Amino acid sequence: MLKRNIPLLIVLFTALLLIVAFFIPHKPFGDLESRFLNWYAIISGFTFLLGLDSLTRHHLLKVIRKEKGWFYSLLLVLSLFATLGLGLYSWVRFASPFALRAPFMWLYKYMIIPLQATMFATLAFFIFSAAYRAFRIRNLGASLLLIAACLVMLGNVPLGSSIWQGISQFIHLIFPKTDPDALKRVELFALIKDWLMAIPQAAAGRGIGIGLALGGIAMSLRIILGIERTYLSS
Amino acid sequence: MSGLIFWLFSIAPPESVIVRDNPNDQGQAVVITWSHPQPKSVLGYRLFRSDEPDKDFAPITSELLTKNDYLDTDSLLRNGKEYYYFVRAYSLSDSADSPVSGPVVPQAQWFNTGRVNVLILTIFISAIFIYYILLARRGKMMFIRKISGLDAIDDALGRATEMGKPILFSFGLGYITDMVVIAALPLLRRIARKAAEYAVRLIVPNSDPIVMTAAQETVKEAYTEAGRPDLYNQDNISFLTSDQFGYAAGVDGIILREKPGAIFWLGYFYAESLIMAETGHTTGAIQLAGTTETTQLPFFVAACDYTMIGEEIYAASCYLKPEPVMLGTIKGEDFIKLVLIVLITAFVLLGTAGAKIPVFERVFTAIVNWFTPPT
Repeated sequence: MLKRNIPLLIVLFTALLLIVAFFIPHKPFGDLESRFLNWYAIISGFTFLLGLDSLTRHHLLKVIRKEKGWFYSLLLVLSLFATLGLGLYSWVRFASPFALRAPFMWLYKYMIIPLQATMFATLAFFIFSAAYRAFRIRNLGASLLLIAACLVMLGNVPLGSSIWQGISQFIHLIFPKTDPDALKRVELFALIKDWLMAIPQAAAGRGIGIGLALGGIAMSLRIILGIERTYLSS
Repeated sequence: MSGLIFWLFSIAPPESVIVRDNPNDQGQAVVITWSHPQPKSVLGYRLFRSDEPDKDFAPITSELLTKNDYLDTDSLLRNGKEYYYFVRAYSLSDSADSPVSGPVVPQAQWFNTGRVNVLILTIFISAIFIYYILLARRGKMMFIRKISGLDAIDDALGRATEMGKPILFSFGLGYITDMVVIAALPLLRRIARKAAEYAVRLIVPNSDPIVMTAAQETVKEAYTEAGRPDLYNQDNISFLTSDQFGYAAGVDGIILREKPGAIFWLGYFYAESLIMAETGHTTGAIQLAGTTETTQLPFFVAACDYTMIGEEIYAASCYLKPEPVMLGTIKGEDFIKLVLIVLITAFVLLGTAGAKIPVFERVFTAIVNWFTPPT
């Protein structure tokens, strides 16, 4: 009973306090939110020890048991402690791990940043393969999506502008009375892209946004009033 | 001659210097406004402050100001203490000081008047929710529409069991302070319970140690509920890294090594979402996603079998455990949506009519201003 009710009371009290603090700038309410965030930052800082414990234990066990891929686990543990050691050494020797000549900075610059960049670069290939599947013409919705995506892409890249220059010349050939320069200046693909992004896309986005905001309020209210308890061990 | 040159380049002092307490704050800001009779000959202004009316004035701005107002939010300002200011105007070869203005006392307010609109809307929205919760408590039956993404959970778990493959669940890069992570915890509980019943391994890689602890607790409870606490293995709910692409690389590695039969992406995701979901797709896993990050939704829609869009993930706990009181909040949400649709339509008509009829334009502008947060 106590295990369930005391956390619920803490949640109710804290939530009401923060709601009140939102409307009252006077002390002691005004800076409550930032105080709570400071507490959270301190607590979460210490919990990284839990993370470190979990990570090392998980991989050391794999190494000890010689499980499949144990060598990679060993490499991970060695890298982890080498990074930690270099960071501490750089901190003592150069006053900051991020000092330009510090070995930790070398590691950061030539190992971590390229690895991150490599992962991010793979995103381009994944976008291509996902787009290929998403844009296959299966039904009316998928067809509309494909057309809209093509128009947005053409509106965003110089190729779209070049294609429009050609189309405008073609229009001028068919309708000689039209002004070719005025047609070229229209930049139809860019106009369509702007319209698609500002009207249908924004409308859908706002619809989802309103739903999210209301869903968030409903969820918060369920938590504050103790109706939603599934996040507790009850 | 030198007198003429001095007259040509001399500058008049700033005028009408007004210092006042900045409203709706904690008593740590002062607003200063002034004017100048020769604005074109001014290069800029510098402000000076002291807590004495006639000495110890120090500049509070390092660069010259080009506007005629300034909000002094110096951390040295103290609530309830008196301050004095003067403004110095600079021309090419001269400067001139305004008279000292003050005292001004920064004061903390007991109510933020700029948030009256939020208070009214909060009361209105909360009242509707509470009305529907009370209605549900009285026994009124509530209906909730079908959410195919949530219905697919059991299918995904069944498929993983049939194939004898593990299940992977990810909160993404979410923290425990993110609402979507709290909303995903009941789903993890449900999935963990089924995994325990079917004796399927559940892997939960985490990017935040607090979320990891919450996930461990949730899974442990679910396994106990299912009567299989012996199957619970804490090492399956582990910490990877808090680095975005490091996490993506780690999760990709797990997917490629373990080949899970079902993958659940429920939480907070950034650009790494597609990297992970596409890797999941290449292994043939059935994938179910749900996030509140609208920019990542298209990636999940493209790469996953089922995607919960928008507030569907918030409704999950009500949907999975359909207690009348829980459903009451969903009904309240639906009613507010209806109110918003009516209001948006009315405002669109009002704004459109305002282009021709000035009184509508004024009403429309007043409503927009009321909703616009003060800067």
